[in-house]
Amino acid sequence: MLRTLKFLLKRALSLFLTLVIAVYITILIANAGGYVDEIMKSEIRMNIAIAVANNPAYSGLPASQLEKIIETQTQSAFKRLGLDKPFFIRSFYYLRDALTLDLGRAYYMTSDSGSRRVKLIILERLPQTILLFTTATVLIFFINMMGGLYLSRRYGSKPDKLLLTLAPLSSIPGWFYLILLILIFYTWLHVLPPGGLVDYPPPPDKLGYFLSVLKHMILPLSAWIISYTPIGIYSMRNFFLIFSTEDYVEVAKAKGLPSRQIEYKYILRPALPPIITSFALSVIASWTGAIITETVYGWPGLGYTIAVAIGLFDAPVIVGVTVMYAYLLVVTVFILDLVYGLIDPRIRVGG
Amino acid sequence: MSRLGGEYTLKGILRELVGYKSAVVGLIILAALLFISIYTVIAIPYSEAKELWKGSEPWLKNPKNAAPIWVNLFSRKKLPSTIILSNGEVYTIKERGRERVAVTYTFNYKYDDFPTEMILFVTSNRSSRVYLKLYWTKPDGDEIYLGKYRVKPSTTTPIYITNNIMLEDELNRRIIKKLGKKPEFAITVIRGLFLAYTGKLEPMKGKYTFTIVPQAKDLSGLDMELVIHGKVHGLTGTDHLRRPLSIALMWGTPIALVFGVTASTLIAFTQLAIATISGWFGGKTDFVIQRITEVYMILPFLPILLMISLFYRINIWSLLPIIVALSIFGTAVKTNRALVMEIKTYPYIEAARAYGASNLRIIFLYILPKIIPPIVPSIILSVPDYVFLEAILAFFGIGDPTLPTWGKLLHDALENGALYKGYYYWVIEPSLMLVLASVAFALIGLALDKIVNPRLREL
Repeated sequence: MLRTLKFLLKRALSLFLTLVIAVYITILIANAGGYVDEIMKSEIRMNIAIAVANNPAYSGLPASQLEKIIETQTQSAFKRLGLDKPFFIRSFYYLRDALTLDLGRAYYMTSDSGSRRVKLIILERLPQTILLFTTATVLIFFINMMGGLYLSRRYGSKPDKLLLTLAPLSSIPGWFYLILLILIFYTWLHVLPPGGLVDYPPPPDKLGYFLSVLKHMILPLSAWIISYTPIGIYSMRNFFLIFSTEDYVEVAKAKGLPSRQIEYKYILRPALPPIITSFALSVIASWTGAIITETVYGWPGLGYTIAVAIGLFDAPVIVGVTVMYAYLLVVTVFILDLVYGLIDPRIRVGG
Repeated sequence: MSRLGGEYTLKGILRELVGYKSAVVGLIILAALLFISIYTVIAIPYSEAKELWKGSEPWLKNPKNAAPIWVNLFSRKKLPSTIILSNGEVYTIKERGRERVAVTYTFNYKYDDFPTEMILFVTSNRSSRVYLKLYWTKPDGDEIYLGKYRVKPSTTTPIYITNNIMLEDELNRRIIKKLGKKPEFAITVIRGLFLAYTGKLEPMKGKYTFTIVPQAKDLSGLDMELVIHGKVHGLTGTDHLRRPLSIALMWGTPIALVFGVTASTLIAFTQLAIATISGWFGGKTDFVIQRITEVYMILPFLPILLMISLFYRINIWSLLPIIVALSIFGTAVKTNRALVMEIKTYPYIEAARAYGASNLRIIFLYILPKIIPPIVPSIILSVPDYVFLEAILAFFGIGDPTLPTWGKLLHDALENGALYKGYYYWVIEPSLMLVLASVAFALIGLALDKIVNPRLREL
C-alpha cells in the first residue's frame, strides 16, 4: 500500500512539473517572447498621447510640458497593468495566474456578452465545441470499437476486405471532407447548410432550435466519421486480432467456451485498459475543438476562438485554453494511473 | 506484441510491393505526380511561376472565374469560350461629310450563355492621344452606339466597354422599348449587348459586328484587339484574378511532395534518434526524454506553429525546421523506445557488448537496421499529414503569397465564395490533387506495412 502511495505521489509530482513547463512554454510563445508587451506598450502610449492632445484642459501648454504629462500618464498606466517590469519577471506572474486558473482578461477579444474575461470567453464557446466534437469523438470511438471487434471475428471476409480498401480514406483530414461535403450537399443539392450553428434567424421555439442545430451538425459529423473511422476500425481490428491470438484465448477455445464469452472475457477485457486510456484522452482533446474544421464551417466553438486569437496575438486567450486542456489532460492521466495502479499490479511495478 | 520481423532487402520489398494491386495503383499515381513535378520545374521555372502568380496583369485576356472548357461536355447549355479578334476589316466611311477609316470585326456567336466582359486593347504608337467611336451590330441588324473612348499615346490602353455605366442606362432604355416592358432580370452591359429580344434571359445567336471609328485620318500606329471574355477557359479554368489554375496545380505538386516527404522523413528520423538514445542509455537520460515527451503532449502543436509563423512571417521552407522541432518528441518516441528496449535484451546485442563493441557501433550496426524497416510504412503514411499541413498553413495566409500551391488555391476558392457561387472546379481541382497525393502515399504505406510487419499478415 505504501509503495502504491509513493508511486502515485511521485507520478503526481512529475505530472504537475510537466504541466508547469508546458504552460510556461506556451506563455513564452503566445507572448512572442515579450514582443506582444511591446505592441501593447506602444498602443497605450499612442492612446494617451491622442487623449492628451484632444483634451481641452491641456490646450495651449508648451510641447515639453505636454510631453511630460504624456510620459507620467503612460508610466502610471504601465504600472497599473504591471507593464513596468521586464517580461521575464512578468512571465512568472502569468505562470502563477495560469496555474491558479486565474485566466485574466483578453487583450482584444470579447465574449458575446461583451466581457474581456478569458474565462467567460472560453465558457461561452465550450458548449458548442463539446456538442460537436465530443459527440464526434464518442461516435467515432464506438464505431471503431464495434467495427474492429466485428471484423476481427470475420478476418478475411468481404466486409474485412472492403475496410482494407477504404483505409486510405483516413489519409485525408476531416476538415477536407467537410469542404467536399459542403460542395455536394449545399452548393450542388441545396439540402444542408454550408456552416454555422443554427439557421438565421434562429427558430424561436426550443424544438425548432434543437432541430436546426442538429441539421447543422450533420456535415461536420459525417466528415469526421468518413475521415477517422476507416483507419480506426482497421487498427482496432488489428489490436483485437493480436489479443485473440494469445495463448489463454486458445486455451479457452480448446475448452469449448462459447465464442461470445471468449470475446468479452478473454479478448475485450484484457484489451480494455489501453482502449479506455485512448478514449479518455481523445475526449479531453475534443474539448479544445478543431481549429480548421470550425474555421471552415464557421462553427462558434473554441477552435474558432483559438484561430481568431492566433490572428490577433491575443496571448491570454491562447494560454487560457492551453491551461484548461493541460489541467484536464494531466488530471485524466493521473486518474487513469490511479485506477490502473490499483487494479493492475504489473503497471505499479513497472512505474 | 513484437513489430520486429526478419531481414529485408530493398529489392525484395519492392518485389513484394508490386504483388499488391493497391500498392501498384499508389505507385502509378506517385509516378504521375513525380512526372508532373519534374515537367513543371523544367517548363515553368520557380521565379517565373511566382511572377505569373503575382497578379492579374499578365492575364488580362483571360476571363475571371471561368470554368474549365470540359464542363461543356457535361452540360447541354454550351458556355462561351473567350473570343479574341485582332484582324479587322478596314474600309472608309463618310462621317459628317468627312472621310474616316473604320475597322470592323465580325464573329459568329453560337453559345447558350452570355460572355462575362468585353475589353478592347488598343496599343498606340502615336505621339498624341486619339479618340475612338465604337459601334455594335447585333445579328438582327440592331445597331448600338457604344460610346467614345480616349486612347493614351504610346502605351496599351484597355477599354473596359462593359464597365461603361452610361452605356448600361442606354441599353436598359433600348431593351425596355424593344420588349415593351421591364424584363425580370437586371440588364448589365454584356447582357444588353447580347440579349435576344424574346423576353427571356438568353443570348441572340448569329453574326455580330463590332466597328471602330478612330477620330483620325488614318490607322497608323494603332493596334487593336477585341477580347470578349467567355465563361470557360483552358483545361483548368481561371480564378478571381484571371490566373489559370493550372499554374498552381502544377507548381503545387513538387511543393507538396518535397514538403510532405521532407517533413515526415526528418521527423521520423529525429524521433528515432531520440527514442534510441532514450531506450539504449536508459537511466537519467531516459527519464528526462520521457518527461519532455509528456510536455509535448500538452503543448498545442497547431496554435504554436501558427503563432510562430505568423509572428516571424516566414515561408513554409523556413517553417520546416520549426515543424520538426515541434514534433520530434511526439508519441512515436514512446513506441520506438519500446522497440529499442526489446532489442536491447536480444542475445546478439549481448554478444556485441561482450566483444567490446562501442555504443555507437551497436546502435548503428545492430539496433537501427532492425528498427528502421517497421517504421518506414509510418513515415510514408504520415506524408499526407504534412501535405495537408501545407494547406492548413495556406488557410491562415502563412508563407509566400506569390508561391502557387494547392492549399492556396483551395484557400482562395473558399475565401472568394466558390462554395456559395458554385465554382465547383475551383474547389474540386486542388482537392483532387490533394486527394491523389495522399491516397497514393496511403496505398503504398498500408501495403508496405503488411510486408514489413508480417504479424498483420499471418494473423
